[in-house]
Amino acid sequence: MTNAEPPLDGAALLAELAEDRPPPAGPWSQGGAAVVAGLIGVAGLIASARLGLGQLTAPGPGLWPFVISVVITTLAVVLALTGRHGVDTEKFSRSSVTVAIAVATLVLLALALPVIGFEIPSLLLTFVWLRFLGKESWRSSIVISLGTVVAFYLLFVLVLKIPVPRLI
Amino acid sequence: MDFLNPVLDGFGVVAQPDNLLYCLAGVVIGMLIGVLPGLGPAATIAILLPITYGVEPVSAIIMLAGIFYGAQYGGTITSVLLRLPGEASSVVTVFDGFALAKQGKAGTALGIAAIGSFIGGTVSIIGLTLLAPLVASVALDFGPPEYAALALFGVLLVATVGNGGRLKSVIAACLGLLLATVGRDTFTGADRFTFANLDLADGIDFVPIAMGLFGLGEILYNLEERQHKRQEPAKISTVWPSRQDLRQSRGAFGRGSVIGFVLGVLPGGGATLSSLVAYAVEKRRAKDPERFGRGAIEGVAAPETANNAAATSSFIPLLTLGIPANATMALMFGALLIQGIPPGPQLVSDHPDLFWGVVNSMYLGNILLLIMSIPMVGVFVKILRIRPAILAPITVLITLLGVYTVANRVFDVFLVIVFGVLGYLMKKFGFEPGPLVLAFVLGSVMEIAVRQSLLIFGGDVTGFFTRPISGTVLAVLIVVLALPLVRQLRKSRQKSPQDKELV
Repeated sequence: MTNAEPPLDGAALLAELAEDRPPPAGPWSQGGAAVVAGLIGVAGLIASARLGLGQLTAPGPGLWPFVISVVITTLAVVLALTGRHGVDTEKFSRSSVTVAIAVATLVLLALALPVIGFEIPSLLLTFVWLRFLGKESWRSSIVISLGTVVAFYLLFVLVLKIPVPRLI
Repeated sequence: MDFLNPVLDGFGVVAQPDNLLYCLAGVVIGMLIGVLPGLGPAATIAILLPITYGVEPVSAIIMLAGIFYGAQYGGTITSVLLRLPGEASSVVTVFDGFALAKQGKAGTALGIAAIGSFIGGTVSIIGLTLLAPLVASVALDFGPPEYAALALFGVLLVATVGNGGRLKSVIAACLGLLLATVGRDTFTGADRFTFANLDLADGIDFVPIAMGLFGLGEILYNLEERQHKRQEPAKISTVWPSRQDLRQSRGAFGRGSVIGFVLGVLPGGGATLSSLVAYAVEKRRAKDPERFGRGAIEGVAAPETANNAAATSSFIPLLTLGIPANATMALMFGALLIQGIPPGPQLVSDHPDLFWGVVNSMYLGNILLLIMSIPMVGVFVKILRIRPAILAPITVLITLLGVYTVANRVFDVFLVIVFGVLGYLMKKFGFEPGPLVLAFVLGSVMEIAVRQSLLIFGGDVTGFFTRPISGTVLAVLIVVLALPLVRQLRKSRQKSPQDKELV
């Protein structure tokens, strides 16, 4: 029995869970977030003004998006002024490269899908994710990726008879 | 006793073998994703949306609902055994649940949590059965101004109460509203923001947005998580709690049910918030609050009861008003639209089979979950050994191939990837995707309601405030939004040092 141990409280637990994530990024990324939001707002303002605002008695197609864009732009300004010291952004770290590689494999799959069917791209994607992104062993990577594709083939092609583009 | 007939017919709907199977599938999937850290119920429901195209509406919603409340049961297991909350709504369960596990009472904690979840869920279904038809009948008289006010209420409350910074969440919500305007304007027929692209003329489809932002975005975000040293799950002896444990938890079950039910109905409330509140209430009521965090059984009973009650009652605003109370309900909204059934006050009278079928399936689902959580808990503990690295590529494949099958378009696959990257970047920069998806879903409803109201009022905006119901809703909204600002002002004036309590 370990009664001497302090009770677990919210702050300690959240801190512990946060340790698994990259550290917060600084004021630059907060500023960047505000700028991007502001640009979207301004673009929305211009585009919806072009659509025609109409009048309150007869709203044009641009009125509603215009109002939303005004709100976005205003809030972006507030964010730029007040949010500089927020800690809710995350640094891009070495593990962010993993995400970039992952996205690249997804795009390749989408490109290859209509050309050579789903089997080979799926097999390669699963294998790359397991072996290189997930650091699984060679053996389990090969076994699991083969198993996954076979299961998908059985499910999509033989059981559900869904028209997926396929090799054979 | 006229009102009982459709309720009883609903049981007939549930008893159809297909629906029984979908209910079972839903709760098993829910339990699984609850146990596996990483994907939450919202992500899972998003990923499975393509499946619902080929399924009967009732069965589809029964399954998706099962995933949602099933996840509340499963999330407990990892909280207690690994001190790793499987779901956000089980975070507080860790404090006392894991402490109990260290004392060799993991089984007791899990047993009490399962019983609490069952009680909370069941109480909430009964509340739903009694309250929902009432709300729906009142809401039948609502006009566009009331809907505009309610939709605004829903969007803003979800954005401000949910996790993440308020300001950023409201920006995300506005972005969702803006995305919803893409496509042909229903009033004037003008093309908006389509860039002369035919694929965009009918607007952006809900499915790729939801699958990208919630599903793929979350998978990509989790790739950055540092891998845990996997600790052995604590040993479980008996899962049946002793009579004394039950007696000690009785009050917590009752209060948790009520807190969960009430908070679940409110927009932005839901499972996570109610579990926090229920825990705090028990701690404040206890004669010896020092026990909390050291293995107080009420500290497990209260939040687990509350999160299940809330998960169930959050269906009320969706099924009676057509206003989703949280991000997961926004997905349900989308799933109903896919089936050609717009959620709203007409749902109870126009589709009683769907309404009562879904509601009554929850009784069955909760019984199944109770069985899975007490006698069969060992099976799910074994699943804890599966590493997230193995699941990630499989879920990615389900997502990409799944969205392709919706319309056999590679364009949709690319859309999912684009929104997946957007979801990842949003999270990196502190924006929650939840409010965006919710606002996107409500966007066209809200715009149509606002514009119709303006026509009714002859362009006079004050009309929203002078009608009794929309005026009240807006007044409450203003109070809720102003409250934290007022509190902040007072706090900075007082500079009180004793407000460090987090829970």
